[in-house]
Amino acid sequence: MSDYISHDHEHDGIDRRGFLQCMAWAGTGLLWTISGGVLVSKTLAQVARAAEPLPATDLSFLQISDSHIGFSKEANKDVTETFKIALDRINAMPTPPSFLIHTGDISQLSKPEEFDTFDEVLKSCRTKDVFYVPGEHDVLNDGGKLYRDRYLKSVEGKGSGWYSFKKNGVHFIGLVNVLDLQAGGLGQLGDEQLEWLEADVKDLGTSTPIVVFAHIPLWAVYPQWGWGTSDSERALGYLKRFGSVTVLNGHIHQVLQKVEGNVTFHTAMSTAFPQPAPGTAPNPGPLTVPSEKLRSMLGLTSVKYLQGKSSLAVVDSNLS
Amino acid sequence: MITLNARKKVAALSCAIAFLNLSLFAIAGEMKNDASTKQNRIEIKDFAFNPQTITVKSGETVTWINRDEEPHTIVSVGKQFKKSTALDTDQEFTITVGAPGTYDYFCSVHPKMTGTIVVAK
Repeated sequence: MSDYISHDHEHDGIDRRGFLQCMAWAGTGLLWTISGGVLVSKTLAQVARAAEPLPATDLSFLQISDSHIGFSKEANKDVTETFKIALDRINAMPTPPSFLIHTGDISQLSKPEEFDTFDEVLKSCRTKDVFYVPGEHDVLNDGGKLYRDRYLKSVEGKGSGWYSFKKNGVHFIGLVNVLDLQAGGLGQLGDEQLEWLEADVKDLGTSTPIVVFAHIPLWAVYPQWGWGTSDSERALGYLKRFGSVTVLNGHIHQVLQKVEGNVTFHTAMSTAFPQPAPGTAPNPGPLTVPSEKLRSMLGLTSVKYLQGKSSLAVVDSNLS
Repeated sequence: MITLNARKKVAALSCAIAFLNLSLFAIAGEMKNDASTKQNRIEIKDFAFNPQTITVKSGETVTWINRDEEPHTIVSVGKQFKKSTALDTDQEFTITVGAPGTYDYFCSVHPKMTGTIVVAK
């Protein structure tokens, strides 16, 4: 039975064992820096610990994901606290990131008070600029209206909320793949969004670095658990001609990465609770680990992506 | 493969329902306590509906209860009955079934989760 990686064209050596080794969970985010087209990620703990400031870069930003404010079960009874800790890590960085990207599941149940709590806690973050895409937990009962009103107004999200923007020559694209899901299916972008995407990148030069972010992985991480997007191939087809494409996702609450051609896929940890590695449990869902382990397993993976190279350098560091 | 089969099944079912022009499934806002009405329960656990297929009689109620830590929803394929709001742990959702037929539903949060209600005469 094949599982999360159906093929490995790039011979990048990410097999099951490798994947398990680079898996990580809980309580932090990843810092991404772009310098001369080279995209590098470091765990927050590594950044906060470093005595020296970050090397001068053109642009740095940070991805946080899956805060699940409102969740209070065994896997983490205080997700607000771990979210605060993640923000403390950001605030402790010698060089603050230019902006944050939140890749969805701010809330557990799409409740206004959950969003209120998130917003209140976020005020403590030194970095004020945040770009959002919704997770399925954010759009449970109203098709995402409340979420769009709160988080996508400023970016003038199209359709169900997708948008793009430019920073320092990098083209960022926020996609929505958690709405109008079909029975038996996976995450879905839909025709309207795909047509928009095609037009959005049509006039960009192939040397423009592209960063795509969406909640559910845009590659077949583990379709048996719904960890994939049914029409992501079409989206990626529009991006094939670009020399550097980075796809950032959340949803699965663990670090997982894959390189295919010029496209690097990366999923982020949650700030709330871990989920099992694909196929290691009967089903996905909150994974309870010993409480002392939850925070000690912050940030295990640092990633370097070199433009034009298909190899992905992964450095795992257990911080316990 | 699973997806394709499910889609085919759904499409075929939708067509059949449309052709027969069945209107069905009155929604019960609350549990019926009528002793003559059998209560059929579907437990949501480990990202699955159990039983996945349930056979009931027209006029009976069907109640789902979520035993997972994840929220789940009940959404009818082809909108044959009103969808639930997101059910948190231990929350329930009840409908009263109408006309005989076969009705597929799924969880819109985790669409891999599917189930079927067969309403017998």
